[in-house]
Amino acid sequence: MTTATRKPRVMVAMSGGVDSSTAAVLLLQAGYDVTGATMALLPHDIPAAAGESGCCGLSAVEDARRVCSALDIPFYVLNFRELFEREVINYFIASYLEGQTPNPCIACNRRLKFGALLQRARALEMDYIATGHYARRWFDNERGRYLLARSRDRAKDQSYALYTFTQEQLAHTLLPLGDYTKEEVRWIAAQHKLPVAQKSESQDICFIPGGDYRDYLQKKVPQTIKPGPIIDVTGRVLGQHRGLPFYTIGQRKGLGLAMGKPYYVVALDRTRNAVIVGEEEELRRRVLFSRANNYILWDEPPSEVRVEAKIRYRAAAAPATLYPLEGGRARLLFDEPQRAITPGQAVVYYQDDLVVGGGIIEPLEYDGFKPKSKQ
Amino acid sequence: MRRVYLDHSATTAVRPEVLEAMLPFLKEEAFGNPSSIYSYGREARKAVTEAREKVAKLIGAKPEEIYYTSGGTEADNLALMGVAAAYQERGRHIITSAIEHHAVLDTAQYLGRHGFKVTFVPVTPAGLVQVEDVKRAITDETILISIMHVNNEVGTIQPIREIGQLARERGIIFHTDAVQSVGKLPINVEELNVDLLTASSHKIYGPKGSGCLYVRKGIRIKPLFYGGAQERKRRPGTENVPAIVGFGRAAELAGQEMDSEMERLRRLRDKLIDGVLSRVEDVRLNGDRQQRVATNVNFGFSYIEGESLLLSLDMKGICASSGSACTSGSLDPSHVLLAMGIPHEEAHGSVRMTLGRDNTEADIDYVLEVLPEIVERLRAMSPLNKDNEGEAK
Repeated sequence: MTTATRKPRVMVAMSGGVDSSTAAVLLLQAGYDVTGATMALLPHDIPAAAGESGCCGLSAVEDARRVCSALDIPFYVLNFRELFEREVINYFIASYLEGQTPNPCIACNRRLKFGALLQRARALEMDYIATGHYARRWFDNERGRYLLARSRDRAKDQSYALYTFTQEQLAHTLLPLGDYTKEEVRWIAAQHKLPVAQKSESQDICFIPGGDYRDYLQKKVPQTIKPGPIIDVTGRVLGQHRGLPFYTIGQRKGLGLAMGKPYYVVALDRTRNAVIVGEEEELRRRVLFSRANNYILWDEPPSEVRVEAKIRYRAAAAPATLYPLEGGRARLLFDEPQRAITPGQAVVYYQDDLVVGGGIIEPLEYDGFKPKSKQ
Repeated sequence: MRRVYLDHSATTAVRPEVLEAMLPFLKEEAFGNPSSIYSYGREARKAVTEAREKVAKLIGAKPEEIYYTSGGTEADNLALMGVAAAYQERGRHIITSAIEHHAVLDTAQYLGRHGFKVTFVPVTPAGLVQVEDVKRAITDETILISIMHVNNEVGTIQPIREIGQLARERGIIFHTDAVQSVGKLPINVEELNVDLLTASSHKIYGPKGSGCLYVRKGIRIKPLFYGGAQERKRRPGTENVPAIVGFGRAAELAGQEMDSEMERLRRLRDKLIDGVLSRVEDVRLNGDRQQRVATNVNFGFSYIEGESLLLSLDMKGICASSGSACTSGSLDPSHVLLAMGIPHEEAHGSVRMTLGRDNTEADIDYVLEVLPEIVERLRAMSPLNKDNEGEAK
């Protein structure tokens, strides 16, 4: 078997749902040698019912097996449970304990799908892995780089969760659904008598049965969740909180404050174990700092660049200027203030449809009780 | 593509002679229920009885001590649950080992959650239970010892005769799961001092869904099922006649061919072991080399994930497994290797190959040609390889 004559080989990460199943069909039609694989990720202590949601539960394995059998392609279940626990679950818990809001799906994409799974596929002499993500990727001759862009179906676009792609990963990843709309994908699946039912696309976290992460943390790390003061931005103590992980930026309900006007969580200060609250206007900021930035358009930004930035998965992209800093950090100055910028979440930069790059939002440093950097 | 089946400890193909023996009992000519009094019934009854004699002969038992089951798992369950229920007044302590098949392990754990105390004796790094450890574990409460004859993952042969002797001296019932030794080692329940013994049909070229529990005369067991007088009420339900007939024929053939076939497979096994050890670096034979069944090879490859190796072998047509077939589904490191003290990462990089009737010298040559290349390639890309640390990030 020589590389020159054989069909290109691709391992499709399968959930048994309509998207990844259709991705497999499209690759078969395009002449690839296709193998299906499902990653076993969830710890054994998660009850079976939890596997019903998310991309890699128990039902996912059976559904994916059935689809691969119908398509007459090989199917494997690959065990990444330990890695998942280390890279996703532990990160998730640590992040909340830091007073930040993690994004486990991005960690999973980066470390599992396009990390360990890609590596495993390459070791098995696969040329590519493919997923059912809605995003586009191609090689741009002019720039001499692989680029990533929003999917044609803007409503389904998942490029936000893919900003961590390295050039090496992009070179060996196929995203067959990027040029299709959800309706077209459903139609193709129906043509091939594949399951067209939507797998749960809720924001539920796959390893938390029932989706209550507060309850989950309380059970997992009860000793590290400690009550502390609720203070305003001037340092005045207004009440007691139950533990930082129980609060998120922008939260209004459940603070137990009777202040006459609405108060919101504006920051979680881990060093003082304090929940900092303020009025609506204090939730709105023009600047954020990000760390661990990864760029797709270049290795590093040449200088300051104009972008549109998304501060969470469902946020609209807002115009901003990106100032690269040392050590993979960056400063982002929005044209207009943004509401509830949340440390720990990803910020992803775009130029039109192109993904420029992204990073993790840093917590604001407080000097006294006022934000240090006022832009 | 060439296909080499090296997972005979998971299951085997039904031999043509066995299939031939079974077929009439699936068809109109001999489909009867053995409990019926008319000719069809009598013919079925006769076949079941003859099969029982053949199975009994293979393990040196009396026919009336053989109870047909749906296979090894049921027989193990019946042995443990049946003895626990029948003898709980005498004591509530059970001894087994850390390397048993899950059919024993999980049943013992179930009993452990329901009023019994269970001791899991350890094994040596070579995968052998030590009689001394069993002896130390015995208390006045001990009613049952269950130690497997041959381990399904590493092929080690346990000191059954000695443990049986010990059990007998102390008046404790002794069960052995002999699924991996029946037809591969000479077995005589008298010489081995066992009171209960589990056997399975599909590991010896018989059909799946068929097995038996040997129960020494005089040992009481409570049934798992209720509903009829079959198997003298210890295993009610209409007999699976074709499967039982197949089991009987398979047992007969295994007994006839054991000496020569095991000698042949032992040579192939040694060729495979020596070939891999000499061609591949940083590889280890898991399990004692001497006290080992003729059909088993289990290698631990450093710096490799066993899963990648199995898939790569599969792509070359070589069918191997990471442990027992039952464990492969769970994809987690083998409890047997962990019990032998093999580190977690190394346990992950282990592969079992088990030989059988269809294997030839050419098969082994093919494996020795393909396997070293695969190992080399995987190591070059492995995140576990310390030389690759930089790239793995």
